Amino acid sequence: MNAIETQSLTYQYPNTGKGTPAAIEGINLAAQPGQLLCIIGHTGSGKSTLVQHLNALLKPTGGAVFVDGKNIWQNKASIRQARFWVGLCFQYPEYQMFEETVEKDIAFGPKNMGLPGDEIRARVLRAAEYVGLPESCLPKSPFDLSGGEKRRAAIAGVMAMEPRALVLDEPTAGLDPAGKEQIQQLILRYRRETGRTVLLISHNMEEVARLADQILVMHQGRAALCGTAAEVFGRAAQLREMGLSVPVVTDIFERLRAAGLPVSAEIFTEEQAAAELARLKREGVRLP
Amino acid sequence: MIKGITIGQYFAGRSPLHRMDARMKIVLTLAYMVVIFLCKNFWALGCTALAAVLCAALSGVPAKMILRSMRPVLILVLFTGVLNVFYTNGPNTHIWFQYELWRVTLKITREGVFTAMFTTIRILCLIAVSSLLTYTTTPSMLTTAMERLLLPLAKLKVPVAVFAMMMTLALRFVPTLIEETERIMNAQKSRGANLETGSLLQRVRAFVPVLVPLFVSAFRRAAELASAMESRCYTGEGPRTSLKQLRLRPWDFGWLAGTVLLTAGIVALNHFFRAVI
Ligand SMILES: Nc1ncnc2c1ncn2[C@@H]1O[C@H](COP(=O)(O)OP(=O)(O)OP(=O)(O)O)[C@@H](O)[C@H]1O
Ligand SMILES: [Mg+2]
Repeated sequence: MNAIETQSLTYQYPNTGKGTPAAIEGINLAAQPGQLLCIIGHTGSGKSTLVQHLNALLKPTGGAVFVDGKNIWQNKASIRQARFWVGLCFQYPEYQMFEETVEKDIAFGPKNMGLPGDEIRARVLRAAEYVGLPESCLPKSPFDLSGGEKRRAAIAGVMAMEPRALVLDEPTAGLDPAGKEQIQQLILRYRRETGRTVLLISHNMEEVARLADQILVMHQGRAALCGTAAEVFGRAAQLREMGLSVPVVTDIFERLRAAGLPVSAEIFTEEQAAAELARLKREGVRLP
Repeated sequence: MIKGITIGQYFAGRSPLHRMDARMKIVLTLAYMVVIFLCKNFWALGCTALAAVLCAALSGVPAKMILRSMRPVLILVLFTGVLNVFYTNGPNTHIWFQYELWRVTLKITREGVFTAMFTTIRILCLIAVSSLLTYTTTPSMLTTAMERLLLPLAKLKVPVAVFAMMMTLALRFVPTLIEETERIMNAQKSRGANLETGSLLQRVRAFVPVLVPLFVSAFRRAAELASAMESRCYTGEGPRTSLKQLRLRPWDFGWLAGTVLLTAGIVALNHFFRAVI
Protein backbone atom coordinates (compact mmCIF):
# COMPACT_ATOMS: atom_id res chain seq x y z
CA MET A 1 0.00 0.00 0.00
CA ASN A 2 1.29 3.45 -0.87
CA ALA A 3 1.72 6.07 1.84
CA ILE A 4 0.43 8.71 -0.52
CA GLU A 5 -1.28 8.12 -3.80
CA THR A 6 -3.17 10.31 -6.23
CA GLN A 7 -5.29 8.96 -9.05
CA SER A 8 -5.69 11.14 -12.14
CA LEU A 9 -5.75 14.19 -9.90
CA THR A 10 -6.98 17.29 -11.70
CA TYR A 11 -7.50 20.79 -10.37
CA GLN A 12 -8.74 23.95 -11.98
CA TYR A 13 -8.61 27.13 -9.88
CA PRO A 14 -12.18 28.37 -9.49
CA ASN A 15 -11.35 31.98 -10.36
CA THR A 16 -9.77 31.15 -13.69
CA GLY A 17 -11.70 31.34 -16.94
CA LYS A 18 -12.99 28.36 -18.89
CA GLY A 19 -10.28 28.72 -21.53
CA THR A 20 -7.33 28.43 -19.16
CA PRO A 21 -5.81 24.96 -18.79
CA ALA A 22 -6.15 23.19 -15.45
CA ALA A 23 -3.37 23.98 -12.93
CA ILE A 24 -2.70 20.25 -12.67
CA GLU A 25 -4.12 17.48 -14.76
CA GLY A 26 -4.17 13.70 -14.52
CA ILE A 27 -1.46 13.36 -11.89
CA ASN A 28 -0.78 9.82 -10.72
CA LEU A 29 1.62 10.02 -7.85
CA ALA A 30 2.64 7.12 -5.64
CA ALA A 31 4.98 7.44 -2.68
CA GLN A 32 5.81 4.23 -0.84
CA PRO A 33 6.12 4.29 2.95
CA GLY A 34 9.49 5.63 4.03
CA GLN A 35 10.33 6.89 0.59
CA LEU A 36 11.78 10.33 -0.12
CA LEU A 37 10.03 11.64 -3.20
CA CYS A 38 11.22 14.84 -4.84
CA ILE A 39 8.99 16.93 -7.05
CA ILE A 40 10.74 19.20 -9.53
CA GLY A 41 9.40 21.41 -12.27
CA HIS A 42 9.64 24.83 -13.83
CA THR A 43 7.96 27.68 -11.97
CA GLY A 44 4.18 27.57 -12.47
CA SER A 45 4.19 23.88 -13.36
CA GLY A 46 1.76 23.07 -10.54
CA LYS A 47 3.98 21.66 -7.81
CA SER A 48 2.50 23.71 -4.99
CA THR A 49 -1.00 23.10 -6.27
CA LEU A 50 -0.34 19.36 -6.25
CA VAL A 51 0.94 19.19 -2.69
CA GLN A 52 -1.93 21.28 -1.34
CA HIS A 53 -4.20 18.41 -2.31
CA LEU A 54 -2.34 15.94 -0.16
CA ASN A 55 -3.64 17.35 3.13
CA ALA A 56 -7.05 18.30 1.77
CA LEU A 57 -6.48 22.05 1.50
CA LEU A 58 -7.71 21.95 -2.07
CA LYS A 59 -10.60 19.78 -3.17
CA PRO A 60 -9.76 18.06 -6.43
CA THR A 61 -11.97 18.93 -9.38
CA GLY A 62 -11.18 15.47 -10.71
CA GLY A 63 -9.55 12.30 -9.41
CA ALA A 64 -8.83 11.27 -5.85
CA VAL A 65 -6.17 11.37 -3.12
CA PHE A 66 -5.38 8.41 -0.89
CA VAL A 67 -3.33 8.53 2.30
CA ASP A 68 -2.42 5.09 3.59
CA GLY A 69 -5.04 3.69 1.26
CA LYS A 70 -7.80 5.92 2.59
CA ASN A 71 -9.65 8.38 0.40
CA ILE A 72 -9.24 11.67 2.24
CA TRP A 73 -12.45 13.21 0.90
CA GLN A 74 -14.68 10.44 2.21
CA ASN A 75 -16.17 12.46 5.09
CA LYS A 76 -15.47 15.32 7.48
CA ALA A 77 -13.41 13.15 9.82
CA SER A 78 -11.19 11.88 7.02
CA ILE A 79 -10.51 15.45 5.86
CA ARG A 80 -9.44 16.50 9.33
CA GLN A 81 -7.39 13.33 9.68
CA ALA A 82 -5.59 14.12 6.43
CA ARG A 83 -4.46 17.46 7.93
CA PHE A 84 -2.59 15.56 10.63
CA TRP A 85 -1.52 12.53 8.64
CA VAL A 86 0.15 14.68 6.02
CA GLY A 87 2.19 17.53 7.45
CA LEU A 88 2.47 20.26 4.86
CA CYS A 89 5.12 22.91 5.27
CA PHE A 90 4.69 25.85 2.92
CA GLN A 91 7.33 27.85 1.13
CA TYR A 92 8.90 30.43 3.49
CA PRO A 93 7.20 28.84 6.51
CA GLU A 94 8.89 31.30 8.90
CA TYR A 95 6.34 33.94 7.87
CA GLN A 96 3.53 31.98 9.49
CA MET A 97 4.96 32.02 13.03
CA PHE A 98 2.81 34.01 15.41
CA GLU A 99 3.26 32.92 19.03
CA GLU A 100 5.32 34.75 21.63
CA THR A 101 7.78 31.93 22.00
CA VAL A 102 9.25 29.36 19.66
CA GLU A 103 8.05 26.61 21.96
CA LYS A 104 4.43 27.77 21.80
CA ASP A 105 4.62 28.11 18.07
CA ILE A 106 5.91 24.57 17.59
CA ALA A 107 3.17 23.40 19.97
CA PHE A 108 0.40 24.98 17.86
CA GLY A 109 -0.09 21.92 15.65
CA PRO A 110 -0.06 19.29 18.42
CA LYS A 111 -2.40 21.49 20.47
CA ASN A 112 -4.87 21.58 17.60
CA MET A 113 -4.73 17.80 17.58
CA GLY A 114 -6.07 17.85 21.14
CA LEU A 115 -3.10 16.08 22.70
CA PRO A 116 -2.44 16.17 26.46
CA GLY A 117 0.04 18.74 27.78
CA ASP A 118 2.95 16.43 28.55
CA GLU A 119 2.66 14.73 25.16
CA ILE A 120 2.76 18.16 23.50
CA ARG A 121 5.86 19.09 25.45
CA ALA A 122 7.55 15.81 24.52
CA ARG A 123 6.74 16.33 20.85
CA VAL A 124 8.02 19.89 20.87
CA LEU A 125 11.33 18.76 22.33
CA ARG A 126 11.57 15.90 19.86
CA ALA A 127 10.82 18.14 16.88
CA ALA A 128 13.30 20.77 18.06
CA GLU A 129 15.88 18.01 18.34
CA TYR A 130 15.18 16.77 14.77
CA VAL A 131 15.75 20.23 13.32
CA GLY A 132 18.79 20.84 15.50
CA LEU A 133 17.32 23.74 17.44
CA PRO A 134 19.06 24.10 20.83
CA GLU A 135 16.76 24.08 23.84
CA SER A 136 17.90 27.60 24.69
CA CYS A 137 16.01 28.80 21.61
CA LEU A 138 12.62 27.55 22.80
CA PRO A 139 11.72 30.39 25.20
CA LYS A 140 12.85 33.03 22.67
CA SER A 141 10.52 35.02 20.46
CA PRO A 142 10.40 33.61 16.93
CA PHE A 143 11.27 37.07 15.65
CA ASP A 144 14.61 37.02 17.50
CA LEU A 145 15.92 33.97 15.65
CA SER A 146 18.19 34.10 12.63
CA GLY A 147 16.73 33.33 9.19
CA GLY A 148 17.95 29.74 9.14
CA GLU A 149 16.84 29.11 12.72
CA LYS A 150 13.41 30.56 12.00
CA ARG A 151 13.05 28.26 9.01
CA ARG A 152 14.02 25.24 11.09
CA ALA A 153 11.69 26.23 13.92
CA ALA A 154 8.82 26.52 11.42
CA ILE A 155 9.61 23.09 10.00
CA ALA A 156 9.65 21.75 13.55
CA GLY A 157 6.13 23.14 13.93
CA VAL A 158 4.96 20.74 11.25
CA MET A 159 7.13 17.84 12.39
CA ALA A 160 5.69 18.13 15.91
CA MET A 161 2.35 16.87 14.60
CA GLU A 162 4.30 13.67 13.82
CA PRO A 163 2.55 13.24 10.49
CA ARG A 164 2.78 9.96 8.62
CA ALA A 165 4.11 11.87 5.66
CA LEU A 166 5.99 15.15 5.70
CA VAL A 167 5.62 17.45 2.68
CA LEU A 168 8.03 20.35 2.30
CA ASP A 169 7.57 23.04 -0.34
CA GLU A 170 11.01 24.39 -1.26
CA PRO A 171 12.42 24.20 2.27
CA THR A 172 15.83 25.58 1.28
CA ALA A 173 14.62 28.53 -0.82
CA GLY A 174 16.33 31.79 0.03
CA LEU A 175 18.85 30.36 2.52
CA ASP A 176 22.62 30.66 2.40
CA PRO A 177 24.68 27.54 1.54
CA ALA A 178 25.22 26.69 5.21
CA GLY A 179 21.50 27.02 5.92
CA LYS A 180 20.68 24.85 2.90
CA GLU A 181 23.14 22.22 4.04
CA GLN A 182 21.60 22.16 7.53
CA ILE A 183 18.10 21.68 6.13
CA GLN A 184 19.21 18.87 3.82
CA GLN A 185 20.99 17.17 6.69
CA LEU A 186 17.96 17.42 8.94
CA ILE A 187 15.67 15.99 6.27
CA LEU A 188 18.00 13.02 5.76
CA ARG A 189 18.28 12.48 9.49
CA TYR A 190 14.55 12.83 10.09
CA ARG A 191 13.86 10.25 7.44
CA ARG A 192 16.52 7.89 8.71
CA GLU A 193 15.37 8.08 12.32
CA THR A 194 11.60 8.08 11.86
CA GLY A 195 11.37 6.02 8.69
CA ARG A 196 8.46 8.20 7.60
CA THR A 197 7.61 9.26 4.08
CA VAL A 198 8.94 12.62 2.93
CA LEU A 199 7.87 14.63 -0.12
CA LEU A 200 10.02 17.53 -1.15
CA ILE A 201 9.62 20.24 -3.75
CA SER A 202 12.89 21.67 -4.93
CA HIS A 203 14.43 23.78 -7.66
CA ASN A 204 17.93 22.70 -6.78
CA MET A 205 19.03 19.68 -8.82
CA GLU A 206 22.04 18.93 -6.62
CA GLU A 207 19.73 18.75 -3.62
CA VAL A 208 17.31 16.49 -5.48
CA ALA A 209 20.08 14.16 -6.67
CA ARG A 210 21.39 13.91 -3.15
CA LEU A 211 18.11 13.30 -1.33
CA ALA A 212 15.63 11.63 -3.66
CA ASP A 213 14.67 7.96 -3.86
CA GLN A 214 12.22 8.88 -6.56
CA ILE A 215 11.77 12.01 -8.65
CA LEU A 216 8.56 13.35 -10.16
CA VAL A 217 8.98 15.94 -12.89
CA MET A 218 6.06 18.30 -13.42
CA HIS A 219 5.63 20.17 -16.67
CA GLN A 220 2.71 22.45 -17.47
CA GLY A 221 0.47 20.81 -14.91
CA ARG A 222 1.24 17.24 -15.94
CA ALA A 223 3.61 14.60 -14.65
CA ALA A 224 6.21 14.51 -17.40
CA LEU A 225 8.68 12.02 -15.93
CA CYS A 226 8.85 9.84 -12.87
CA GLY A 227 11.62 7.58 -11.70
CA THR A 228 14.97 7.27 -9.96
CA ALA A 229 17.71 9.86 -10.32
CA ALA A 230 19.31 7.75 -13.05
CA GLU A 231 16.07 7.49 -15.00
CA VAL A 232 15.26 11.19 -14.74
CA PHE A 233 18.68 12.81 -15.03
CA GLY A 234 19.54 10.39 -17.83
CA ARG A 235 17.22 12.46 -20.00
CA ALA A 236 19.13 15.71 -19.88
CA ALA A 237 17.85 16.92 -23.25
CA GLN A 238 14.21 16.43 -22.29
CA LEU A 239 14.75 18.17 -18.95
CA ARG A 240 16.36 21.16 -20.65
CA GLU A 241 13.39 21.43 -22.96
CA MET A 242 11.19 21.76 -19.86
CA GLY A 243 13.35 24.58 -18.53
CA LEU A 244 15.11 22.33 -16.01
CA SER A 245 18.69 21.13 -15.78
CA VAL A 246 20.73 18.24 -14.50
CA PRO A 247 23.18 18.50 -11.58
CA VAL A 248 26.39 20.28 -12.56
CA VAL A 249 28.51 17.14 -11.98
CA THR A 250 26.24 15.13 -14.27
CA ASP A 251 26.77 17.75 -16.94
CA ILE A 252 30.54 17.68 -16.47
CA PHE A 253 30.69 13.89 -16.68
CA GLU A 254 28.51 13.92 -19.75
CA ARG A 255 31.08 16.18 -21.43
CA LEU A 256 33.94 14.01 -20.25
CA ARG A 257 32.23 11.03 -21.80
CA ALA A 258 31.69 12.99 -24.99
CA ALA A 259 35.42 13.76 -24.96
CA GLY A 260 36.07 10.03 -24.96
CA LEU A 261 36.79 9.26 -21.30
CA PRO A 262 35.39 5.94 -20.05
CA VAL A 263 33.33 7.41 -17.20
CA SER A 264 30.02 6.22 -15.83
CA ALA A 265 26.85 7.87 -17.08
CA GLU A 266 25.29 7.73 -13.63
CA ILE A 267 27.07 10.47 -11.71
CA PHE A 268 24.61 12.74 -9.93
CA THR A 269 26.22 13.82 -6.67
CA GLU A 270 29.59 15.22 -5.71
CA GLU A 271 30.37 12.08 -3.72
CA GLN A 272 29.77 9.88 -6.75
CA ALA A 273 31.87 12.23 -8.86
CA ALA A 274 34.77 12.11 -6.39
CA ALA A 275 34.61 8.31 -6.28
CA GLU A 276 34.57 8.10 -10.07
CA LEU A 277 37.53 10.46 -10.42
CA ALA A 278 39.43 8.43 -7.82
CA ARG A 279 38.71 5.28 -9.85
CA LEU A 280 40.03 6.95 -13.03
CA LYS A 281 43.18 8.00 -11.21
CA ARG A 282 43.65 4.51 -9.76
CA GLU A 283 43.28 2.93 -13.15
CA GLY A 284 45.63 5.50 -14.68
CA VAL A 285 43.21 6.69 -17.36
CA ARG A 286 44.41 9.77 -19.26
CA LEU A 287 42.57 12.23 -21.49
CA PRO A 288 42.79 11.00 -25.07
CA MET B 1 -13.43 31.99 0.58
CA ILE B 2 -11.84 35.42 0.14
CA LYS B 3 -11.49 35.06 -3.58
CA GLY B 4 -14.93 36.56 -4.30
CA ILE B 5 -13.83 40.01 -3.21
CA THR B 6 -12.85 42.31 -6.03
CA ILE B 7 -11.49 45.75 -5.42
CA GLY B 8 -10.26 47.75 -8.33
CA GLN B 9 -12.67 45.78 -10.47
CA TYR B 10 -11.47 47.10 -13.80
CA PHE B 11 -13.01 45.55 -16.90
CA ALA B 12 -10.65 46.10 -19.81
CA GLY B 13 -12.16 47.56 -22.95
CA ARG B 14 -12.06 50.35 -25.51
CA SER B 15 -15.63 51.65 -25.31
CA PRO B 16 -16.47 55.38 -25.39
CA LEU B 17 -16.82 55.18 -21.62
CA HIS B 18 -13.37 53.70 -21.24
CA ARG B 19 -11.94 56.47 -23.37
CA MET B 20 -13.56 59.31 -21.49
CA ASP B 21 -11.17 61.39 -19.43
CA ALA B 22 -11.23 60.03 -15.87
CA ARG B 23 -11.71 63.49 -14.37
CA MET B 24 -14.71 64.06 -16.59
CA LYS B 25 -16.06 60.65 -15.65
CA ILE B 26 -15.86 61.41 -11.94
CA VAL B 27 -17.46 64.82 -12.33
CA LEU B 28 -20.25 63.52 -14.56
CA THR B 29 -20.91 60.60 -12.20
CA LEU B 30 -21.33 63.08 -9.37
CA ALA B 31 -23.56 65.22 -11.57
CA TYR B 32 -25.69 62.18 -12.39
CA MET B 33 -26.09 61.44 -8.70
CA VAL B 34 -27.47 64.93 -8.20
CA VAL B 35 -29.74 64.67 -11.22
CA ILE B 36 -31.31 61.44 -10.02
CA PHE B 37 -32.40 63.19 -6.84
CA LEU B 38 -33.88 66.06 -8.81
CA CYS B 39 -36.45 63.79 -10.46
CA LYS B 40 -39.95 64.48 -9.23
CA ASN B 41 -42.08 62.28 -11.44
CA PHE B 42 -41.90 58.99 -13.30
CA TRP B 43 -41.13 60.63 -16.66
CA ALA B 44 -38.03 62.30 -15.28
CA LEU B 45 -36.98 59.23 -13.34
CA GLY B 46 -37.50 57.04 -16.39
CA CYS B 47 -35.29 59.26 -18.53
CA THR B 48 -32.50 59.29 -15.96
CA ALA B 49 -32.67 55.51 -15.55
CA LEU B 50 -32.67 55.13 -19.33
CA ALA B 51 -29.49 57.21 -19.49
CA ALA B 52 -27.84 54.79 -17.04
CA VAL B 53 -28.96 51.79 -19.09
CA LEU B 54 -27.63 53.39 -22.29
CA CYS B 55 -24.26 54.07 -20.65
CA ALA B 56 -24.10 50.48 -19.41
CA ALA B 57 -24.85 49.21 -22.90
CA LEU B 58 -22.21 51.51 -24.40
CA SER B 59 -19.57 50.44 -21.90
CA GLY B 60 -19.47 46.84 -23.11
CA VAL B 61 -19.33 45.66 -19.50
CA PRO B 62 -21.46 42.49 -19.27
CA ALA B 63 -24.84 43.16 -17.66
CA LYS B 64 -24.13 40.24 -15.33
CA MET B 65 -21.19 42.07 -13.79
CA ILE B 66 -23.21 45.23 -13.22
CA LEU B 67 -26.05 43.25 -11.67
CA ARG B 68 -23.55 41.47 -9.45
CA SER B 69 -22.37 44.79 -8.03
CA MET B 70 -25.98 45.46 -6.99
CA ARG B 71 -26.27 42.25 -5.02
CA PRO B 72 -24.68 43.48 -1.77
CA VAL B 73 -27.23 46.32 -1.44
CA LEU B 74 -30.24 44.25 -2.42
CA ILE B 75 -31.20 43.71 1.21
CA LEU B 76 -30.95 47.42 1.90
CA VAL B 77 -33.09 48.19 -1.14
CA LEU B 78 -35.77 45.68 -0.15
CA PHE B 79 -35.74 46.89 3.44
CA THR B 80 -36.16 50.57 2.57
CA GLY B 81 -38.73 49.62 -0.05
CA VAL B 82 -40.90 47.73 2.45
CA LEU B 83 -40.54 50.46 5.07
CA ASN B 84 -41.58 53.08 2.55
CA VAL B 85 -44.62 51.11 1.46
CA PHE B 86 -46.01 50.81 4.98
CA TYR B 87 -44.80 53.89 6.77
CA THR B 88 -45.63 56.72 4.43
CA ASN B 89 -48.27 58.82 6.10
CA GLY B 90 -49.55 62.23 5.36
CA PRO B 91 -52.61 64.45 5.39
CA ASN B 92 -53.82 63.59 1.92
CA THR B 93 -52.58 60.10 1.13
CA HIS B 94 -54.60 57.70 -0.98
CA ILE B 95 -55.14 54.49 0.91
CA TRP B 96 -55.07 51.45 -1.36
CA PHE B 97 -55.19 48.75 1.22
CA GLN B 98 -55.72 48.61 4.95
CA TYR B 99 -55.54 45.75 7.40
CA GLU B 100 -56.01 45.63 11.17
CA LEU B 101 -53.50 43.34 12.87
CA TRP B 102 -54.01 43.39 16.63
CA ARG B 103 -53.79 47.06 17.40
CA VAL B 104 -51.54 47.96 14.50
CA THR B 105 -53.02 49.24 11.29
CA LEU B 106 -51.14 48.12 8.20
CA LYS B 107 -51.77 50.69 5.54
CA ILE B 108 -50.58 50.70 1.97
CA THR B 109 -50.88 54.11 0.42
CA ARG B 110 -50.32 55.22 -3.15
CA GLU B 111 -47.68 57.68 -1.96
CA GLY B 112 -45.94 54.91 -0.04
CA VAL B 113 -45.73 52.66 -3.07
CA PHE B 114 -44.46 55.51 -5.24
CA THR B 115 -41.82 56.50 -2.70
CA ALA B 116 -40.68 52.89 -2.46
CA MET B 117 -40.37 52.64 -6.23
CA PHE B 118 -38.50 55.93 -6.41
CA THR B 119 -36.03 55.00 -3.69
CA THR B 120 -35.39 51.59 -5.20
CA ILE B 121 -34.79 52.89 -8.71
CA ARG B 122 -32.61 55.71 -7.41
CA ILE B 123 -30.40 53.39 -5.36
CA LEU B 124 -30.06 50.91 -8.22
CA CYS B 125 -29.16 53.69 -10.67
CA LEU B 126 -26.60 55.11 -8.26
CA ILE B 127 -24.94 51.75 -7.92
CA ALA B 128 -25.06 51.03 -11.64
CA VAL B 129 -23.41 54.32 -12.50
CA SER B 130 -20.77 54.24 -9.80
CA SER B 131 -19.88 50.65 -10.65
CA LEU B 132 -19.64 51.66 -14.30
CA LEU B 133 -17.12 54.27 -13.19
CA THR B 134 -14.93 51.68 -11.51
CA TYR B 135 -15.45 49.07 -14.23
CA THR B 136 -14.28 51.42 -16.97
CA THR B 137 -11.45 53.20 -15.14
CA THR B 138 -8.30 51.59 -13.79
CA PRO B 139 -7.72 52.25 -10.08
CA SER B 140 -4.51 54.10 -10.85
CA MET B 141 -6.34 56.34 -13.32
CA LEU B 142 -9.02 56.99 -10.72
CA THR B 143 -6.54 58.10 -8.11
CA THR B 144 -4.65 60.26 -10.62
CA ALA B 145 -7.91 61.90 -11.63
CA MET B 146 -8.93 62.44 -8.01
CA GLU B 147 -5.57 64.00 -7.33
CA ARG B 148 -5.97 66.39 -10.25
CA LEU B 149 -9.51 67.29 -9.22
CA LEU B 150 -8.50 67.97 -5.63
CA LEU B 151 -5.36 69.88 -6.58
CA PRO B 152 -6.92 73.27 -5.79
CA LEU B 153 -7.06 72.12 -2.17
CA ALA B 154 -3.25 72.02 -2.17
CA LYS B 155 -3.41 75.82 -2.07
CA LEU B 156 -5.04 75.42 1.34
CA LYS B 157 -2.06 73.29 2.44
CA VAL B 158 -3.96 70.02 2.12
CA PRO B 159 -1.35 67.38 1.11
CA VAL B 160 -3.33 66.16 -1.88
CA ALA B 161 -0.39 64.51 -3.64
CA VAL B 162 0.56 62.56 -0.52
CA PHE B 163 -3.00 61.37 -0.04
CA ALA B 164 -3.14 60.33 -3.67
CA MET B 165 0.10 58.39 -3.29
CA MET B 166 -1.26 56.67 -0.18
CA MET B 167 -4.42 55.78 -2.07
CA THR B 168 -2.45 54.37 -4.99
CA LEU B 169 -0.27 52.29 -2.70
CA ALA B 170 -3.24 51.01 -0.73
CA LEU B 171 -4.97 49.91 -3.92
CA ARG B 172 -1.77 48.33 -5.18
CA PHE B 173 -1.42 46.22 -2.05
CA VAL B 174 -4.98 44.98 -1.69
CA PRO B 175 -4.51 41.97 -4.00
CA THR B 176 -1.12 41.23 -2.46
CA LEU B 177 -2.58 41.19 1.02
CA ILE B 178 -5.51 39.03 -0.04
CA GLU B 179 -3.07 36.53 -1.51
CA GLU B 180 -0.93 36.69 1.61
CA THR B 181 -3.95 36.13 3.86
CA GLU B 182 -4.90 33.08 1.87
CA ARG B 183 -1.39 31.68 2.08
CA ILE B 184 -1.21 32.17 5.83
CA MET B 185 -4.69 30.70 6.32
CA ASN B 186 -3.63 27.62 4.37
CA ALA B 187 -0.43 27.32 6.36
CA GLN B 188 -2.29 27.48 9.68
CA LYS B 189 -4.97 25.10 8.46
CA SER B 190 -2.14 22.71 7.62
CA ARG B 191 -1.26 22.82 11.30
CA GLY B 192 -4.83 21.94 12.19
CA ALA B 193 -6.17 25.44 12.84
CA ASN B 194 -9.94 25.42 12.61
CA LEU B 195 -10.99 28.67 10.97
CA GLU B 196 -14.41 27.77 9.69
CA THR B 197 -16.50 26.38 12.51
CA GLY B 198 -17.29 27.29 16.10
CA SER B 199 -18.99 30.20 17.80
CA LEU B 200 -18.25 33.78 16.77
CA LEU B 201 -15.86 34.28 19.68
CA GLN B 202 -14.05 31.04 18.89
CA ARG B 203 -13.72 32.07 15.29
CA VAL B 204 -12.37 35.49 16.14
CA ARG B 205 -9.82 33.88 18.42
CA ALA B 206 -8.96 31.33 15.75
CA PHE B 207 -7.97 34.21 13.51
CA VAL B 208 -5.16 35.40 15.76
CA PRO B 209 -2.71 32.96 14.11
CA VAL B 210 -3.65 34.51 10.77
CA LEU B 211 -3.69 38.16 11.81
CA VAL B 212 -0.34 38.24 13.59
CA PRO B 213 1.71 36.98 10.63
CA LEU B 214 -0.37 39.16 8.32
CA PHE B 215 0.45 42.31 10.26
CA VAL B 216 4.09 41.33 10.55
CA SER B 217 4.32 40.85 6.82
CA ALA B 218 2.37 44.05 6.08
CA PHE B 219 4.79 46.05 8.22
CA ARG B 220 7.75 44.34 6.61
CA ARG B 221 6.38 45.18 3.17
CA ALA B 222 5.72 48.76 4.21
CA ALA B 223 9.28 49.15 5.46
CA GLU B 224 10.68 47.65 2.27
CA LEU B 225 8.49 49.89 0.16
CA ALA B 226 9.53 52.95 2.15
CA SER B 227 13.22 52.25 1.57
CA ALA B 228 12.57 51.53 -2.10
CA MET B 229 10.78 54.86 -2.47
CA GLU B 230 13.39 56.77 -0.53
CA SER B 231 16.20 55.30 -2.60
CA ARG B 232 14.37 56.70 -5.62
CA CYS B 233 14.38 60.12 -3.92
CA TYR B 234 10.65 60.27 -3.14
CA THR B 235 10.03 62.94 -0.53
CA GLY B 236 6.36 63.74 -0.94
CA GLU B 237 7.22 67.34 -1.66
CA GLY B 238 7.09 69.29 -4.84
CA PRO B 239 4.79 68.89 -7.80
CA ARG B 240 4.79 65.45 -9.37
CA THR B 241 4.03 64.74 -12.97
CA SER B 242 2.17 61.66 -14.03
CA LEU B 243 3.21 58.94 -16.44
CA LYS B 244 -0.31 58.71 -17.76
CA GLN B 245 -1.26 62.22 -18.79
CA LEU B 246 -4.88 63.20 -18.50
CA ARG B 247 -6.07 65.20 -21.45
CA LEU B 248 -9.55 66.49 -22.23
CA ARG B 249 -10.55 65.66 -25.79
CA PRO B 250 -13.52 66.78 -27.91
CA TRP B 251 -15.63 63.77 -27.07
CA ASP B 252 -15.24 64.50 -23.35
CA PHE B 253 -17.11 67.74 -23.99
CA GLY B 254 -19.67 65.73 -25.91
CA TRP B 255 -20.34 63.75 -22.74
CA LEU B 256 -20.52 66.97 -20.77
CA ALA B 257 -23.04 68.36 -23.23
CA GLY B 258 -25.07 65.17 -22.99
CA THR B 259 -25.22 65.45 -19.21
CA VAL B 260 -26.22 69.11 -19.38
CA LEU B 261 -28.94 68.15 -21.84
CA LEU B 262 -30.17 65.40 -19.52
CA THR B 263 -30.30 67.83 -16.62
CA ALA B 264 -32.20 70.36 -18.69
CA GLY B 265 -34.60 67.62 -19.80
CA ILE B 266 -35.22 66.55 -16.21
CA VAL B 267 -35.92 70.09 -15.12
CA ALA B 268 -38.37 70.49 -18.04
CA LEU B 269 -40.11 67.17 -17.27
CA ASN B 270 -40.38 68.15 -13.62
CA HIS B 271 -42.00 71.35 -14.75
CA PHE B 272 -44.48 69.88 -17.24
CA PHE B 273 -45.67 66.82 -15.35
CA ARG B 274 -47.18 66.65 -11.92
CA ALA B 275 -44.81 65.73 -9.15
CA VAL B 276 -45.68 62.42 -7.52
CA ILE B 277 -43.34 62.63 -4.54
N1 LIG C 1 -4.69 30.96 -6.14
C1 LIG C 1 -4.58 30.77 -7.46
N2 LIG C 1 -5.55 31.16 -8.30
C2 LIG C 1 -5.45 30.98 -9.63
N3 LIG C 1 -4.43 30.39 -10.23
C3 LIG C 1 -3.42 29.96 -9.46
C4 LIG C 1 -3.43 30.13 -8.04
N4 LIG C 1 -2.30 29.60 -7.54
C5 LIG C 1 -1.60 29.14 -8.60
N5 LIG C 1 -2.27 29.35 -9.75
C6 LIG C 1 -1.82 28.95 -11.11
O1 LIG C 1 -1.65 27.55 -11.14
C7 LIG C 1 -0.46 27.22 -11.83
C8 LIG C 1 0.42 26.37 -10.95
O2 LIG C 1 0.88 27.14 -9.87
P1 LIG C 1 1.75 26.55 -8.70
O3 LIG C 1 1.84 27.61 -7.65
O4 LIG C 1 1.22 25.24 -8.30
O5 LIG C 1 3.16 26.40 -9.41
P2 LIG C 1 4.54 25.92 -8.79
O6 LIG C 1 5.00 24.76 -9.61
O7 LIG C 1 4.43 25.72 -7.34
O8 LIG C 1 5.47 27.15 -9.11
P3 LIG C 1 6.71 27.74 -8.24
O9 LIG C 1 7.91 26.93 -8.59
O10 LIG C 1 6.85 29.15 -8.78
O11 LIG C 1 6.34 27.70 -6.81
C9 LIG C 1 0.18 28.51 -12.27
O12 LIG C 1 -0.13 28.71 -13.62
C10 LIG C 1 -0.48 29.56 -11.41
O13 LIG C 1 -0.62 30.75 -12.14
MG1 LIG D 1 5.26 26.74 -5.60
